[in-house]
Amino acid sequence: MAQITLKALAHSYERNPQSNGDYAIRRMDHVWEQGGAYALLGPSGCGKSTLLNIISGLLEPSDGEILFDGVKVNSLPPEERNIAQVFQFPVIYDTMTVFDNLAFPLRNMKVPEHKIQSKVHEVADILELTPLLKRKAKNLTADEKQKVSMGRGLVRDDVSAILFDEPLTVIDPQLKWKLRRKLKQIHEQFNLTMIYVTHDQLEAATFADKIAVMYEGQVVQFGSPHELFENPSHTFVGYFIGSPGMNFFEVTTSDSGFRYHDIEFPASRKLLQQIDDIGTDNIKLGIRPEFVHVWDNKNSEAFEVDVIDIEDLGTYHIMSFQFKDTVMKARLHEDQKIPTSKAWISFPEQWVKVYVNEFLVEVEGD
Amino acid sequence: MIKTENNKAWFLVLPVFALVAFSAIIPLMTVVNYSVQDVFDAHTRYFVGTEWFTKMLNDPALQSALLKQFGFSFTILLIEVPLGIGIALLMPKRGWSASLCLVLVSLPLLIPLNVVGTIWQIFTRGDIGLMGWTLREMGVSYNISRNAVDAWATIILMDVWHWTPLIALLCYSGLRAIPEAYYQAARIDRASRWAVFRHIQLPKLTNVLIIGVLLRFMDSFMIYAEPFVLTGGGPGSSTTFLSQWLTTMAVGQFDLGPAAAFSLIYFLIILAVSWVFYTAIMNSQKEK
Repeated sequence: MAQITLKALAHSYERNPQSNGDYAIRRMDHVWEQGGAYALLGPSGCGKSTLLNIISGLLEPSDGEILFDGVKVNSLPPEERNIAQVFQFPVIYDTMTVFDNLAFPLRNMKVPEHKIQSKVHEVADILELTPLLKRKAKNLTADEKQKVSMGRGLVRDDVSAILFDEPLTVIDPQLKWKLRRKLKQIHEQFNLTMIYVTHDQLEAATFADKIAVMYEGQVVQFGSPHELFENPSHTFVGYFIGSPGMNFFEVTTSDSGFRYHDIEFPASRKLLQQIDDIGTDNIKLGIRPEFVHVWDNKNSEAFEVDVIDIEDLGTYHIMSFQFKDTVMKARLHEDQKIPTSKAWISFPEQWVKVYVNEFLVEVEGD
Repeated sequence: MIKTENNKAWFLVLPVFALVAFSAIIPLMTVVNYSVQDVFDAHTRYFVGTEWFTKMLNDPALQSALLKQFGFSFTILLIEVPLGIGIALLMPKRGWSASLCLVLVSLPLLIPLNVVGTIWQIFTRGDIGLMGWTLREMGVSYNISRNAVDAWATIILMDVWHWTPLIALLCYSGLRAIPEAYYQAARIDRASRWAVFRHIQLPKLTNVLIIGVLLRFMDSFMIYAEPFVLTGGGPGSSTTFLSQWLTTMAVGQFDLGPAAAFSLIYFLIILAVSWVFYTAIMNSQKEK
């Protein structure tokens, strides 16, 4: 059993880090609960693999603490932590059979041979590897190999967390969903904490109950796929999650709301006061393309905009339009009338989010 | 689409065919030509069939030289392969020390063969050679021009010094090609240092080792310049290897027929041993 706690954790590959930019992981506090299925989502180079290696013990953090069930494990090597890790490229022991591969960690731990037999067969059954047990692991396909590397973690009774580092990168698309389903099934069956690193939002959303979105060395939002979509707490989350990403436009504050060129978006006095207290010009409004309302006809509520492009994506259309000096996108439903050169749009108030210094601001106590 | 049916593309193979003919087939056929004839002068020659082959195969001096040759090749392989792997494992992986090590290790490979012989000839001299002098001062009787065992040991030592770096460099490059994830997975699987070597490093080195062993076998089987300079084949004929026999026969005594027959036998032996070795390794890797 393991609850993994990151306490004021930070990591830099530099010996004397000066600024935030020198940190691969910026100071963070985070808790991965026992038995959860988590995804760590972010673009390449955001520090997600670094964070994973710190959790598995392949890397020792330069600052802060990592705790397994409240016990500090900063300097414990991976072999002394109860974790298994599956890597981007399947790691198998070429000269061994599938059986020997699965038995390898147990043999290293000097588990009696009869126990190894039953344990390996049990895991092989779950992973559907039983018919392959006598084959040499070297000649398997990529997805079979990846199952073998996962199996080496599952055979160990002491494993309480499995870490996945983009495990489906080399798997054929049609097999990806199958393997992903297998992962979910294993998660339900084994009561293991699973942390899954990926840059694919779809993979993250199908695998995990909760997703941590990482950007420039910090977790900018931790929530369910639903929350990430409807209430992105950082502009990056808005931009990274969803296809296409969220629309943003820069505004200034006025006495009664936000001003965008000659358009006024009303806002509560309380919210404006909060923003005023922060004291910055970096204020943006954001709305998801899915929530932009596109009217069939001109009306008093709607803004008139120029249509730039219509993309046909099969079941729906994406319309790009010029909203003053910002190019924005809106998603049109299948049966909606497709505007030609002009369109009339409006932004439903509950879907317009306010970002100050790139972070979401909501009225406190609402 | 209309497809023209002809075989003109075969003409494109001609340049390669010509190249191979000039570089291999024609010289080889010259040797074959000599091996079945007894040549007296430009106008007098007799066809003798397989006579030279029979004679060569039954020559006791050559038989013992052949045995010696096998002994030599296997001895140096037994030493150089494990030693080379060991050195490769010990070499630093990155930083300036890695570059320095690479240069130091490859130095012996850059020295011309006859210079290697000369270096060791001087090195082992009892009066001015560092090794010869030291051994003599320590009271060890050591003389490569009188004692066959000393001569053999020195030649093996010389070959190990000269060629172990080749195996080490090949293995080093092979080791560098193993992705870090393998070592990380092994740590998570709690593999011992030995298990990492046995199940990750050694299997990943198989391919470079095949090349290394084949190269070293062929080269050591054809060794000529180094022992020729170091011992001149002596004392007696104790360190006279096959290539030296052949040179004496062909150039020294001008026995072209027997020399040609022997060349072919020599060539076929190397080919056969390399093939057997390669096939054996490849078969052992196949699925049972």
